[in-house]
Amino acid sequence: MPELSRRRFLKISSASIVTAGAAGSSLAALARTSGATGESGLRQVPTFCDICFWKCGCIATVREGRLWKLEGNPLDPLCRGRLCPRGTGGVGALTDPDRLRTPLIRTQERGAEKWKEATWEEALTHIAEKMKKIAATHGPEAMALFSHGIGGTFLKHTLKAFGSPNIAAPSFAQCRGPRDVGFRLTFGEDIGSPERTDIENAQCLVLIGSHLGENMHNTQVQEFATAVGRGASLIVVDPRFSVAAGKAKYYLPIKPGTDLALILAWMNVLVTEKLYDVEYVTKHGHGFEAFVAALAPWTPEWAYPETGINPALIRATAREMARYRPATLVHPGRHTNWYGDDAQRSRALALLNALLGSWGRKGGFYAPSTMAVPDYPYPEYPKAKRPKVDNPDHKYRFAHETLTTGIREATLTGQPYPIKGWLVYATNLLQALPSEAETIRAIQQLDLLVVIDVVPSETAGWADVVLPESTYLERHDELNVEVFKEPFVALRQPVIASPHDQKPNWWIARQLAVKLGLESYYPWKDIEEYLGARVKEAGLDFAELKKHGLIRGPREPLYFEDGAPAEFGTPSGKIEFYSNQLQQAGFDPVPKFTRPEAGPPGSFRLLFGRAPVHTFSRTHTNRVLSDMMSENAVWVNAAAARRLGLKSGDRVRLRNQDGVLSHAVGVKATERIRPDCVYLVHGFGHTARGLRHAFGKGASDAQLITRYKVDPLMGGTAMNVNFVTLEPAERA
Amino acid sequence: MRYVMVIDTRRCVGCMDCVVACKTENNVPEGYNRDWITEEVRGAYPQPRLEIRSERCNHCARPPCVSCCPTGASRVHRGGVVLVAHRQCIGCKACLAACPYDARFTHPDGYADKCTFCHHRVDQGQLPACVSVCPTHCMHFGDLDNPESEVSRLLRSRAHHALLPEAGCQPHVFYLT
Repeated sequence: MPELSRRRFLKISSASIVTAGAAGSSLAALARTSGATGESGLRQVPTFCDICFWKCGCIATVREGRLWKLEGNPLDPLCRGRLCPRGTGGVGALTDPDRLRTPLIRTQERGAEKWKEATWEEALTHIAEKMKKIAATHGPEAMALFSHGIGGTFLKHTLKAFGSPNIAAPSFAQCRGPRDVGFRLTFGEDIGSPERTDIENAQCLVLIGSHLGENMHNTQVQEFATAVGRGASLIVVDPRFSVAAGKAKYYLPIKPGTDLALILAWMNVLVTEKLYDVEYVTKHGHGFEAFVAALAPWTPEWAYPETGINPALIRATAREMARYRPATLVHPGRHTNWYGDDAQRSRALALLNALLGSWGRKGGFYAPSTMAVPDYPYPEYPKAKRPKVDNPDHKYRFAHETLTTGIREATLTGQPYPIKGWLVYATNLLQALPSEAETIRAIQQLDLLVVIDVVPSETAGWADVVLPESTYLERHDELNVEVFKEPFVALRQPVIASPHDQKPNWWIARQLAVKLGLESYYPWKDIEEYLGARVKEAGLDFAELKKHGLIRGPREPLYFEDGAPAEFGTPSGKIEFYSNQLQQAGFDPVPKFTRPEAGPPGSFRLLFGRAPVHTFSRTHTNRVLSDMMSENAVWVNAAAARRLGLKSGDRVRLRNQDGVLSHAVGVKATERIRPDCVYLVHGFGHTARGLRHAFGKGASDAQLITRYKVDPLMGGTAMNVNFVTLEPAERA
Repeated sequence: MRYVMVIDTRRCVGCMDCVVACKTENNVPEGYNRDWITEEVRGAYPQPRLEIRSERCNHCARPPCVSCCPTGASRVHRGGVVLVAHRQCIGCKACLAACPYDARFTHPDGYADKCTFCHHRVDQGQLPACVSVCPTHCMHFGDLDNPESEVSRLLRSRAHHALLPEAGCQPHVFYLT
């Protein structure tokens, strides 16, 4: 039996764990001399994952010089020894034939995806010269950086040293921003990432549009399964019957865009029936009477026609939440840019948690802690001569991070000052930002667009210079100094050498700084020197970190009852049921509901979400993960599909309100969605020719999101405001 | 000894980590999988019922794939694990046709392939790859002949079903409901 012969490979012992410090350099040398590394036997390297941003600790097993498998690091508090499917499938990132291999310089017009191969020397010299020219003409602030994930650390450093403050990630204005603003305004603190949700101890868990299990943030899904397995009461609010809905005690099939009305009605019930945590609210609350008065009109009967949820069900679920408080967790969600009322909806959600007394309580929101690891002692950055460009006159009063779409706007208009160069690291702006057309118009205003990525994304297709990055399995990165239930410091270290001419981000950022004459900002010569210095300064043992992949710190009290300080960073120092900040800025001090605009008759609202096997739009050429899901489908309510004469498997195209037509996509006619909306898993429908394996497969929600609503508090871009009709497609 | 798998559908979210882990552990070629996720929806919106299952070879007590195999390549091993001896397999596909669960496929190298319950791991005292990675801890593996095993206890204490009992193959993958 051939498979039995594998046993000889399975003699894994801790002695075979090789630290990458020792393995890295010799491996690189070997990889260059032969296709495989020529290495024999088995070895294991602990590192942490980068298929998404959760940063789970993993152990890579290399067999005969090839990466065999990735498994969770049992020491890691995030993954607890078990990766998610994307982490397990990270093997495919390494061998993806569509990876970028060498630096590329554009030879034809932007977007034509025509390049010549270049050396790193040529590419970086070209970039540095352009950057210097931009700085000479427009000032160094005219260079902006879009970055996602921990890998952007050193590029941010280079850009700050260059003199620009314009650094943004889509994770704020396109993702979690509204939630963080809503919670800050209420509790004076962020939710953080990983979220400070104590799901595993919740007795009652409320998910509003949050599709845990499909959205595969590992710790949360593990805790979710624990809670469900324990028999916790689960309330799910979603226009789509999500996987989580299938496990719920109560499923509320809400009309899209009306979540705020439901939350107000829930709070009305809790207050009217005096089911809230009186002691907690009295002790920690500010402006409670004004809040109660403002809630009075928002009864379940008022909410019924808005939300479509029966008043009896609204009351029953409010009472269910009250029954288990304070161990009732109303999950804050993550991607919260939905309808334009997002910061206020998130604030209402924070207030609901406040009524239940769940902030700072077991089964609610815990107090995270972190280990003290001092920053590297870099020289001071030059003072930027002009403030950030993204939010002129502080128009979005409560934006506490930089707005990607604000930088895009400035690039388009030249106001408040021109932006002439973009560095784009590990984010596919054309799929992440709403309105592709605006992004492309902004790109056409640029003197320089550089994309640094692992695969040739749509955004790379418009770049002047494309730089191929090593995958996370081939590089070091910044330390992960985690802020979590249990603090720890984790190391990403190379498992295997890059197969072609890819380079790690730290090397790219450093070389670029050298070319820009900013060498003094890089006193360290290589990443191990940098990491070693930081680790030493923190009083930790670098050798131990390399060996185990992480070092855990002492746990701090998690809940108020254990001694976590009940302090609130709001102006009043309390939980702000009534917000003077909002009132003074001209906004509703207690959230109010605005009915969302309806779409054209006969159209469906376009909703999108996640699949557990893909991250954003960046994993679709990973052959292991694409084997799990190579194409998305458009979810259509079964009865609505019948009316349109459609059945599962039929090919259709989606046409939005502005006439934009999607790629052909299969229909999933299902009893798992309302009849007034359709749903796509995000990230498919690639148009970049270099993504050969993913090109043209499925439909892209991003392409159809031509319209967006801007959150007046914080500038987030709400995307669930587009409508589509379906038309038959010729068979592909 | 009788190896069985017990899968808790209440905890399972259908994330496919089991499928991915099987693929890397066993080097399953691109385009093929030895396990898969099934989504079963009953009833109508807004109150449908949803069961998500991780499915694979059932390692049946009465395996038709074994009885129909003309060369004896398909056979029952220790613990009731049904395996295919690749070198003896002539790729005739009789077993593919006989399996009521559609659990087998022809490997590009020409032989019938399917789930092995990761017997190479089990023999080393490890769990099958799919069980060991599952982030929801919904999968359990063990010896049904041992009344004290976790799988025996789960099957005693929880309602469960197996797939296509009417096929009469006595499958050994059970789903807790």
